[in-house]
Amino acid sequence: MERVPISKIGTTLFVSIQIDLQDESVVRLQEDLADELAATGARGVIIDITAMEIVDSFIGRMLAMIGSISRLFDAETVLVGMRPAVAITLTELGLSLRGVRTALNAEKGLELLNGRA
Amino acid sequence: MDVDSSQGRMAAYMRDHQDKVVGRWSEIVAAGLRGRSSAAEVRRELDDLYVLVLRAMSGADDQALGELRAALAELSRSRARNGFTPTETALGVFALKDAVYELVADAADLVHEYLVFSRMMDDLGLLTFETYATAREQIIADQAEAMLELSTPVIRLWDGVIAVPLVGTLDSARTQLVMEKLLETLVATGADHAVLDITGVPTVDTEVAQHLLKTVSAARLLGAECIVSGIRPQVAQTIVSLGIEFGDIATKATLADALAHALDRRGQHLAKEGPA
Repeated sequence: MERVPISKIGTTLFVSIQIDLQDESVVRLQEDLADELAATGARGVIIDITAMEIVDSFIGRMLAMIGSISRLFDAETVLVGMRPAVAITLTELGLSLRGVRTALNAEKGLELLNGRA
Repeated sequence: MDVDSSQGRMAAYMRDHQDKVVGRWSEIVAAGLRGRSSAAEVRRELDDLYVLVLRAMSGADDQALGELRAALAELSRSRARNGFTPTETALGVFALKDAVYELVADAADLVHEYLVFSRMMDDLGLLTFETYATAREQIIADQAEAMLELSTPVIRLWDGVIAVPLVGTLDSARTQLVMEKLLETLVATGADHAVLDITGVPTVDTEVAQHLLKTVSAARLLGAECIVSGIRPQVAQTIVSLGIEFGDIATKATLADALAHALDRRGQHLAKEGPA
């Protein structure tokens, strides 16, 4: 099973998903992220999915769940770099990812978090 | 008397009177087309067709019938494209029956042959009709596709603000296309606000609203905020009486209002030049 690395930049946790996410990997990511949030007290999480070509309903739901978990640690989650095709698929699946904020790219995601702070 | 030999006799008879029959045939067709094709042009077309008809009837070679059908199909297609009516197109074939009938009316011994010939012409007439209909359907399909392409421009209104003026009814196919173009433009330009202008959408029912909401939520997934503008009074009344909820999506009366709202959200303001 491949693990997704989590890097800390200031008060933000940066997660860049560069692999085709398997179900176990995303569950593992959720656990790792919860541990990391508790340990660092980060205020924001940026999940970069630029490299993801396929997001199914399970992964979509897990991403929304990560957003809800982060909120419990008073951290805001921003999903960045979603491809148009992925956005259309998620909309067709009826997943609007409430609880997760979105931005076009990592830079705008950081702006969004910093604007809040 | 079997069909083949009767066809052969008829073909021989018609070949002997080729000039007369084609002459009369062109006359009837030219009259039916009311001068949209010149007499010489009609004559040339029919001369070629007549030769093919005779070859098909005499049964000398197998390809003749295929060639005849292909020639007729081509003729009907060009007629369909040039805006002739179906009657005018089918007339081209059926008129040959009249022309030949005038010729054989006096010859009582050719009645059976004429009937066989007549049946063949009916078949060919149906073929022209079918080809005509197919050609027209093709034209309609092409036009629909062209309209789809034409009706979905995405415009850059301001730095970071794009607009999609929607014109025409918003069905599933259109929505898909609009969504794809909008999302691609969002990614390409890095815009964070999109205005969906529905001034040109004649009616907004639950289905259209559903499609709009889908587009908005797809854009949101990319991190862009959508504003729906161009809501006309009647449309507003329909939306309310149908109980359609736009939720937290900003709606504005005009594109100008939407642009002002987007700029406001981006923290940009327009100011008049000159002394205050």
